Amino acid sequence: MSSAASVLPAPAPSSVTPVPVAPLSKKSLTADHPTWCPGCGDFAVLASFYRVLEKLQYPHEKIVTFAGIGCSSRFPYFVNTHGGHFIHGRSLPFAAGISLGSDDLHVFVFGGDGDGFSIGGNHLVHTARKNVRLTYVIMDNSVYGLTKKQTSPTSPVGFKTKTDPTGAIDQPINPMRTLLNSGATFVARTHATQVNHMVEMMLRAAKHDGFSVVEILSECVEFYEGAFDAAVPRKGGKWATIEEKKNDGTPEDALRHDPRDEVAAFKLALQPWPGVFGVFYENNERKTKNALEAELSAKARERTKGAGDLALLQATFAKLR
Amino acid sequence: MVSPTPPESTGGVASPQGSPRSIHDVVIRLAGNSQDGIQSVGGFLARLAGRSDQDIMTYMTIPSTISGGPSIFQVRMGTGDILSAGDRADMLVAFYQHSYDAHLSSLRPGGVLIYDSDHVKPDPADNRFTAVGVPITTGTVEAVGGTAKDKGKNIYTLGLIARIFDLDVGKLTALIKERFGGKNEDIVRNAMLAFDAGYAWPQNNLRDLFYRFSAIDRPNLSTGRPQVTLDGNSAIAYGLIAAGVRHGAGYPITPWSSIMETLRAELPKYGGLFVQCEDEIAAVSTALGFSYTGRLAITGSSGPGLSLKMEALGWAVMAEMPLIVVNVQRGGPSTGMPTNVEQSDLMQAIYGSHGDAPRVVLAPKNVEDCFYIAIEAARIAREYSTPVLILTDMGLSSRIEAFDEPDLPNLLVSPEPDLSERPTDFKPYPLDRVTRHAPAGARLASGKYPTVTGLEHDEMGHPTGSPKLHQQMTAKRREKLKALAAALPAPELTGDSTGEVLIVTWGSNWGPAREALVRIRKAGVKAGHMHLRHVHPLPNGLEQTFGRFEKVVVAELNDEGVYGFGQFAMMLRARYAMPRIVSVTKTDGLTFKVSEIVAGVAGHIENPALHASVGAASHSALAVPAA
Ligand SMILES: Cc1ncc(C[n+]2csc(CCOP(=O)(O)OP(=O)(O)O)c2C)c(N)n1
Ligand code: SF4
Ligand SMILES: [Mg+2]
Repeated sequence: MSSAASVLPAPAPSSVTPVPVAPLSKKSLTADHPTWCPGCGDFAVLASFYRVLEKLQYPHEKIVTFAGIGCSSRFPYFVNTHGGHFIHGRSLPFAAGISLGSDDLHVFVFGGDGDGFSIGGNHLVHTARKNVRLTYVIMDNSVYGLTKKQTSPTSPVGFKTKTDPTGAIDQPINPMRTLLNSGATFVARTHATQVNHMVEMMLRAAKHDGFSVVEILSECVEFYEGAFDAAVPRKGGKWATIEEKKNDGTPEDALRHDPRDEVAAFKLALQPWPGVFGVFYENNERKTKNALEAELSAKARERTKGAGDLALLQATFAKLR
Repeated sequence: MVSPTPPESTGGVASPQGSPRSIHDVVIRLAGNSQDGIQSVGGFLARLAGRSDQDIMTYMTIPSTISGGPSIFQVRMGTGDILSAGDRADMLVAFYQHSYDAHLSSLRPGGVLIYDSDHVKPDPADNRFTAVGVPITTGTVEAVGGTAKDKGKNIYTLGLIARIFDLDVGKLTALIKERFGGKNEDIVRNAMLAFDAGYAWPQNNLRDLFYRFSAIDRPNLSTGRPQVTLDGNSAIAYGLIAAGVRHGAGYPITPWSSIMETLRAELPKYGGLFVQCEDEIAAVSTALGFSYTGRLAITGSSGPGLSLKMEALGWAVMAEMPLIVVNVQRGGPSTGMPTNVEQSDLMQAIYGSHGDAPRVVLAPKNVEDCFYIAIEAARIAREYSTPVLILTDMGLSSRIEAFDEPDLPNLLVSPEPDLSERPTDFKPYPLDRVTRHAPAGARLASGKYPTVTGLEHDEMGHPTGSPKLHQQMTAKRREKLKALAAALPAPELTGDSTGEVLIVTWGSNWGPAREALVRIRKAGVKAGHMHLRHVHPLPNGLEQTFGRFEKVVVAELNDEGVYGFGQFAMMLRARYAMPRIVSVTKTDGLTFKVSEIVAGVAGHIENPALHASVGAASHSALAVPAA
């Protein structure tokens, strides 16, 4: 964009002398005090996210935290990074604009099960299929929290809500199956009571080059208490993690899960409730939309021999004479 | 391109038999099926006119059956400024019987009917026109030969027209070669064979019916830049590029699609990107995501798609995010008349969405203005940190006009986002200043990063339930539009500055209204015409102009509604509370004819001379003088 720059001066470089940048810490990442109900599972997700950012140490200004609408979607107010609060269900296409517009940003999107699988369901499918580079964390409480207990797309059959007083009758979505089917290139599942596991999953998702999704079962103590106890040992449940292949040639390794194996991932997704936790699927071969678009642009610029903006536009108008 | 005296009608000057007669302008309508390549004849004539300093305006209908089916192309070309597509045709070229049957009534008395004698049997008793049977199909088949069948009829017809109107064959030949040059040589050769055969036919078969455009008279051809010919949608796309817009997102819908197609192909060359999304909601959201990173983005659609963008548009207003939304209006509601023209999205553009959501709405008046309004929209979006809607229409989108090439070196705007570090006192939503966001990627000296949000917020972007802040922030969002209104230039005013009637238009009605004004004043009525490109907010001071006329007649392409006024008229009446503001509307899916505006105005004022002039049939300038 050289010629355009010669027309209008680029913004003057900041006169502020750069201060040495302190490493990101929980303190520098903390923003508003969370408005969640005491005991809400989302607190643990927030605490884990601070730890993830502390580990990653990205430049502060390059981190973006965005969300839709819901209790969980309040997340960006509590994280001191660039970010925002968009409309219900549409945070993924918004975040796609951020990611595709500026490839050097690290984009994290947070939201609930209603935001992601119901009103935003179509966007989830298409962002996954396009493999836009960003990380999406779904805080699934199997209920509509913010609007006070209506049936959500992940509410199990029989769960009593204000919209299904005699119990939900519609078949819920299986998040892992939906994500695999849509073509997400990193699909993981974790639980808000398992902080270390949660940190590990988010960390791996952040490092994945593509559309990475982590579903976190995060209890709504207000409207769906005990929803995920079946996976909490302390409540008599079973915490079963996915053992990944180590490729060490041992006989037990043959039984371990290969995250590159989509069919095996589907099989894991079909396990009965509460199912297993860990990385279901990881595909590092498929190119991101970011990369594909950059290739298109590079090819186009090759054809125009890197002509500047003014020369390009003038050539177009010359053809219209 | 604004001339003080727009042409009112064609004015032929008789000349001795055999030699061409001089004419000012001509309206030619070609009617056939869409696979006949009729549009490309129009394209050639447009490019030729552009290169000859003649003006051109085209009119096109696209059949809803995508391929096959009736298709027409109407072109008005001539010397000097051409403001409208012309009410009726001076020449009709009918390829088929159905073309003849459907379009004969569009021909002015004394006009020329050229019909393909291989397909059309005209009514022998009809002597209102000069009818000429030309074996267009067999002529083409004979000329081209081989397996081409009747492919090339369009170029044969171009040859005919070129001979009849004494067009520049050298330039036309060059255009044909440019157009087909990339394909194989046979195609260029076949096209030239068809052209030559068509060109030769009048020479051997017509004694009369030769015309020449009068000498060029363009006193204001002052830019010294050559003419370019393009359609309105292309003009918007290139205007946006000139404005430094490098990112966008959309979903296909007629007649918006060609803007996204152009940008999808063009933006990567400039290091930008246009994304085709899964729906219009995703498109506006993605565009807002681009804008959030400091890269002003464009999204767009037509009627139903604009409705889908409304919630996100509300967010853009609340979050004060710059954005450009192009809406190419078509007949509505719902799928309505998808390939027809209407201006019925005005209220949706200004007031659609929930809550008090003030945003800017601009409307281009012609194809050239599509280019400049795109630049202005981008400037306003950036300067006032606001969404800006561009309301264009089906007519403008596909119409080709010729205009002076824009002064690109002086218009080009840098696309670079301002990622400079923001000082410690940075606030995303200051109450006393216009918002200037710190885009993602910009460092904040304070170490406190901003949140952009659709919740009501304080100056730092924190959510608030404070009634006082909601009132203050609502006022902030309103006041910036009032500041814009105060900075807008006075609208274009032509004709008398005081008198019986003021015609008011917005959007593409500019041209026909300007011509209507000439007719109305010719009938002895003191009349003016005001055209508004800025439909929201309105420029200040309009009431003073309105107050100088007895009647203010707003002409627009939408329904008079339950209360008897078109959408813009409703708004003006609400704003100025002047009962003298009245309405002329129609919803037949076609652009205004000059005569319709004249008749509409006549219906609102007592003026016998004007009434008498309405309905008086004007003869075609092509009419053969009585022997
Ligand atoms: C267009 C639109 N429809 C409905 C709502 C109301 N609404 C807000 S949040 C929400 C559901 C929240 O559920 P979920 O996404 O699961 O988030 P949670 O509160 O459970 O974390 C709904 C229906 C809205 N804000 N916008
Ligand atoms: S309502 Fe439920 S989801 Fe919302 S904050 Fe309270 S506990 Fe958390
Ligand atoms: Mg929920």
